[in-house]
Amino acid sequence: MQRKVIFRGTALPLLLLAPQLAVTAVFFLWPAGVAVYQSVLQQDPWGLRTEFVGLRNFAEVLADPDWRTAAGNTAVFSTAVAGLAMGIALMLAVQADKAIRGARVYRTLLIWPYAVAPAVAAVLWLFLFHPSIGLIGRALNANGFPWDPRLNGNQAMLLVIGAAAWKEVSYNFIFFLAGLQAIPRSVLEAAAIDGARPVRRFWTVVFPLLSPTTFFLLVVNLVYAFFDTFGIIHALTSGGPGNATTTLIYKVYVEGVQNTNLGSSAAQSVILMLLVVTLTMIQFRFIERRVHY
Amino acid sequence: MRAPTEEEDRIAAAAARRRQWRDAALTHAVLLLGVLAVVFPIWIALVGSTHDASTIGRGDVPLLPGDEAVGNYVAALTGTGAGRFRASPAALMLWNSALMALLIACGKIAISLLSAYAIAFFSFPGRMLAFWAIFLTLMLPVEVRIIPTYQVIVDLDLFDSMTGLTVPLMASATATLLFRQFFLTVPDEVVEAAKIDGAGPLRFLRDILLPLSVTNIAALFVILFIYGWNQYLWPLLVVSDRSLETVVVGLTRMIGTGDAQNEWNVIMATAVLALLPPVAVVVAMQRWFVRGLTETEK
Repeated sequence: MQRKVIFRGTALPLLLLAPQLAVTAVFFLWPAGVAVYQSVLQQDPWGLRTEFVGLRNFAEVLADPDWRTAAGNTAVFSTAVAGLAMGIALMLAVQADKAIRGARVYRTLLIWPYAVAPAVAAVLWLFLFHPSIGLIGRALNANGFPWDPRLNGNQAMLLVIGAAAWKEVSYNFIFFLAGLQAIPRSVLEAAAIDGARPVRRFWTVVFPLLSPTTFFLLVVNLVYAFFDTFGIIHALTSGGPGNATTTLIYKVYVEGVQNTNLGSSAAQSVILMLLVVTLTMIQFRFIERRVHY
Repeated sequence: MRAPTEEEDRIAAAAARRRQWRDAALTHAVLLLGVLAVVFPIWIALVGSTHDASTIGRGDVPLLPGDEAVGNYVAALTGTGAGRFRASPAALMLWNSALMALLIACGKIAISLLSAYAIAFFSFPGRMLAFWAIFLTLMLPVEVRIIPTYQVIVDLDLFDSMTGLTVPLMASATATLLFRQFFLTVPDEVVEAAKIDGAGPLRFLRDILLPLSVTNIAALFVILFIYGWNQYLWPLLVVSDRSLETVVVGLTRMIGTGDAQNEWNVIMATAVLALLPPVAVVVAMQRWFVRGLTETEK
């Protein structure tokens, strides 16, 4: 889209664009290019010689059992986080949309955890679920349920899922509530007059009308679970015990920063880039469709 | 068909009232449960920050606040506790976080506003190329280009500097798209009138477009301030100097391996301090916040 009435000149707009383009080129496009370039190279252990190896780094990454574990963890983690955070948020939004006393207070109280940093959320959850000092962790142990996420991989996974979903509920809540409020009252009243029971009304009328919001949130939640939860995992479990909570992002970080295996780390980065590109494309295609109907 | 008697009417009305009351009670119950689940971890952190370390270390975290709050918060702010994983004083870390968040939010808004203006109001060669280059940043979060970006920081000698901490995060496709979207809705007549009155492009930007954008800027500011404040991976990568440590990173460093003997009271005081500013911004600017959130994501 382009405006009809515009200003003339080439130097001025380029000057206005310069800061944004400079940051984009130096810190986004160049490093991404380097990642792609490094992903097809291999350095010898002393960093003296570098040779072109084609897709070998990718093949090695995809065949690496540790990487496959991380991919499996990521699948479990992101499905659980997206499902939990969206399910709970939808339930709360449906209730908060009703004309009840104190609706605004509820809304405010449910919205603000959005502002809590993932890493801070991790610290709060650790304090609750610590096996020996945490309120809930201790209660679990005291009641015959052995709880120690530092030793038990499944429990560690549950803990990071809980912390990640807890933080994301408020975001989904805001969007579901906006989606619900956008549904015309006349549609709901018509369904009510037709005698549809509230539960049936929700699944046959409200939920289908919410599907654009739901789909949008699904993509956003997956992106969140893939990338933004690094802080939660780093602060809460450091990917452990073993590799039980190592996700793909966490693995790239460990490989690159601690093990400095450049070729492999770059290949993993490129795989993740493809993942983001796919998700972003899906999101934008879908938004375009929504705009045009 | 006979008309319902008065008695039947009364029974039906009473049943409807009961049903309504029951529905309302259920609604409140679900919402209260949700609020409880959302608030509980933070309440316990608040409580934890008001007791002494040994109470917590024994595993007896009470449900109600104690009376050690002042000492704990002073210890957190000045960094005078005796923990093994001592971080910088929280006062310094809060200052670093605030500076970083403000620089990122203002920087993103400024450079996005300028580039959206160039893209929406000018026609020049390379316009679409610039647009797509900016759009691409959406697909390249820090997390997928960790190592090469780190190398750039080292090469440019920006390691351990506020510049290195903030400038690389200032490119923003979402803010640019939002401003562009808004600029396209400015009526042509307004631009025409300004041109006839002899206003040049910069004058138009300053005197007409900027005042019109105030609402958008406020909404974006809330979102971007929180984004900046909550950064984790980036500060972890490019800052090792303790005097530049941000509170979110510093807090997790205090945890170490999560030992029970940590000074959890001071850690929780730091956690409360770390989450207070962004939460305050959201609560104080709730209207802008919801607007900013729903609009940047469209």
